[in-house]
Amino acid sequence: MTPIQHTRSAPLLTIRDLRTHFFTRRGVVKAVDGVSFQVWPGETLGLVGESGSGKTITCLSILKLLPHGARIVAGEILLQGRDLVPESEETMEQVRGKQIGMVLQNSMAALDPVFTIGSQVGEPLVIHHKMSWKNALRRAVELLRMVKVVAPETRIRNYPHELSGGMRQRVSSAAAIGCQPSLLIADEPTTALDVTTQRQYLDLLMELQRATGMAILFVTHDISLVGNMCDRIAVFYGGMVVEYGPRAQVLQQPSHPYTAALLQSIPQLGEPRERLPSIAGDPPDLGHLPGGCPFHPRCDAALDVCRSGAPPPVFQLPDTRHVRCWLRESEHVGSVTGSPGPG
Amino acid sequence: MSEALLEVQDLVKHFPVKRGLLRGRLAGWVRAVDGVSFALQPGETFAIVGESGCGKTTLANLILGLLAPTSGTIWLRGQPLAQLSAAAFMAYRRSVTAVFQDPYAALNPRMRVGDIITEPLEIHSYSRQVRQHRLREVLQAVGLPADSARRFPHEFSGGQRQRIGIARALAMQPPLVILDEPVSSLDVSIRSQILNLLKDLQQQFGISYLLISHDLATVEHMSEWIGVMYLGKLVEVGRAKEVCRQPRHPYTASLVAAATPPGRHAPWAVPILGEVPHGLEVPGGCAFHPRCAYVLSVCQTHTPPLTTVAAQRQVACHLAATASEEDWPPRLPG
Repeated sequence: MTPIQHTRSAPLLTIRDLRTHFFTRRGVVKAVDGVSFQVWPGETLGLVGESGSGKTITCLSILKLLPHGARIVAGEILLQGRDLVPESEETMEQVRGKQIGMVLQNSMAALDPVFTIGSQVGEPLVIHHKMSWKNALRRAVELLRMVKVVAPETRIRNYPHELSGGMRQRVSSAAAIGCQPSLLIADEPTTALDVTTQRQYLDLLMELQRATGMAILFVTHDISLVGNMCDRIAVFYGGMVVEYGPRAQVLQQPSHPYTAALLQSIPQLGEPRERLPSIAGDPPDLGHLPGGCPFHPRCDAALDVCRSGAPPPVFQLPDTRHVRCWLRESEHVGSVTGSPGPG
Repeated sequence: MSEALLEVQDLVKHFPVKRGLLRGRLAGWVRAVDGVSFALQPGETFAIVGESGCGKTTLANLILGLLAPTSGTIWLRGQPLAQLSAAAFMAYRRSVTAVFQDPYAALNPRMRVGDIITEPLEIHSYSRQVRQHRLREVLQAVGLPADSARRFPHEFSGGQRQRIGIARALAMQPPLVILDEPVSSLDVSIRSQILNLLKDLQQQFGISYLLISHDLATVEHMSEWIGVMYLGKLVEVGRAKEVCRQPRHPYTASLVAAATPPGRHAPWAVPILGEVPHGLEVPGGCAFHPRCAYVLSVCQTHTPPLTTVAAQRQVACHLAATASEEDWPPRLPG
C-alpha cells in the first residue's frame, strides 16, 4: 500500500459553520448549530461530547447519510476544496467508502450477517476500483492481515457471528480502509469493546494511520480516550463546538468552563480524591435549548451576557485555540471566522 | 465470620448450554461463577471488576437471591441464605437491594415515581403511613423534589432516573446495596453527581455496597476493596488503592495499564494478548494462560488457587506465588 502523499499546507476537510436541523412535528431540533473545524491529512481530530451534543450528526452530515427529517440548512463541507453539501447522491456514492471510510460503534450491525467476511471486505474494491472478485478476495486477505486477523485465508470464509466483538471491529476497519480513503470516520469504535480489547484496537488504528497516512475523525464520549489518540480535539456541547484546539492545551489548560469541569469530574486512576467536583444539572435537550450559551444553566462562572440572546461567538485565543465563551472575549485575537493551524 | 456483613464461600453457578433441535443436546456448561469467596464488612464497599462475560452480574444475581447457586454458601450476618425459612428469606430480600445499570429499563414507565419507590414496601406489607414517610425521606436523601412522587419516569432525565432507582433501593433501609454498573449508561457530565451521592448516602446511612463495574478508575474512587474476576474466578483480591498501585496478577496489571491516564506510566506495563474466550471454551489450567505474556508450563495444567501473597492481598497466579516483592514487576520471559 502506497502512503498517501500529503502536505501540511492544505486541509483535507473543512467544516464551516455547519447547521443540521431536524424538522419534526414538535418543532425544529437544532442538532448541529454552527460547527466549524478542519482536518489536515494524516492527523487525528477527536470529536468529544455527550449523547445529543451533535457529534454523530456532524459525521452523518459529512457523509450525507442523515436520517429522515434532518437537513443541512447552512454551512460548507469542503473535502479537498470541493463542497459536498450541494453534491448529488450519485456523487456521494463515489465519496463514501472511497474517499471517506467509516467505522461504527456496533460492528454486528455494521457487517451484514448473511455475507462472508471476505465478500464484505472485498465489495468496496469491486464497486469503487472495478476489481474482479478474485483479486478483491486476494486483497481482502492482505487487508485482514493488516488489521491483525489471524489466519485471514480461512477467515474470509467465516460469517460475522463466528467472530468475537474485537475481531469484528477489525474486520469492519479492514473494509473501511480497503479503498485507501484519505479520511476515516470512527464513531465510538471502542464503546462496545472490553477494556483490554479497547486498547488493542486503538493501537491498531494508530498503526493503520501510520501505514496509510489517512486522517482520522475520532468520535467519542470518553474524553480520557482522546488523550492517547488525537492531535487536536473539538469539544461538543448543545450542538456546537465549544472548544477546539491542540490536544495538550485542551486537556491540560482547558479554556471553556465545560471542558474544565468535565475533566475535573472524571475519576483518574492513581489520583484518589475524597470527592469529585461535579457539574450541576443535566445536559440540554436540543429541542429546548436555553437562550444564550447552552452551558450557562450549569456554569459556575456565567455572566449576564451568557444567559440570553445569541450563543457566544467563537473567540480565537493566542495559542490558536477556538473557544465559544464570553469569558474569553478579552483574550480574543484575529478574526472570529479564522481557523487555527494544524497544531 | 462474626463481624462480616456478607460472606461468600466457594460460590459456584454453572449454566447448561443446550443445542440442537428442541434444545435436546447438552453442549456443555458455562461456569459463570466458579468458586468465588470473599467477605464484605459493614459500611465498606467491595468492588467486583472484570470484563463482560466474567460472571460479575451472575454473582450479583446469586447474592440478590434471584438465582440459586449450584454449590457454595452465602451468609448475611452469619445466616446462611440456603437454609432460610420463607419468612426469613423475605427478610433477606429486604436487606439486600440493587441499583441497576440502565435507569431507562429499570423503571416501569406506566407507574408513578412514588409507586415505583414504595412498591417494595407494599410487597413487604408496610403500612401506608410508613410508606409515605419513607417516600419523603428517600426522595429528600437522593436530592429529588417532593412532587416527583406524582410524576412518571419519562419526565426525568437519565441522572434523575438513576436517583429514583437509588431511592427505591434505599426505601427498605437495607444494610447492603448491590450497585451493578450504576453510572456506565449515564452521560459523562452527570456521573460524578451520582458517585458523590452514593458516597454521601453510604456515610449517612452506613450502608455497605457491592459495586460491580468494569471501570477501574471509578472503582478505585468508590471502594475499599477490589476483587478482580476473570472467567468466573477471582484472580486478585486486595485493598483498592494497593491493587491499583501495585497489581500482582498479570490480568489485573493489564486492566490497570488500560485505565492509566495518558502521560503517566502504568505500574506494570504488561502486553495484552488476544481476547476473552467464550464461556464454553475456558482454557485448562489457569484460565488466563493463553493471554498471559508470563505463562509458565505449570499454568497450562494446574489452576492456581487464590493464595495470600502479602498482607491484605490474595492472588491466583503461579508467578505471583513464586516471585518476591523486591523484583516486581517481573521481567518478561525471553
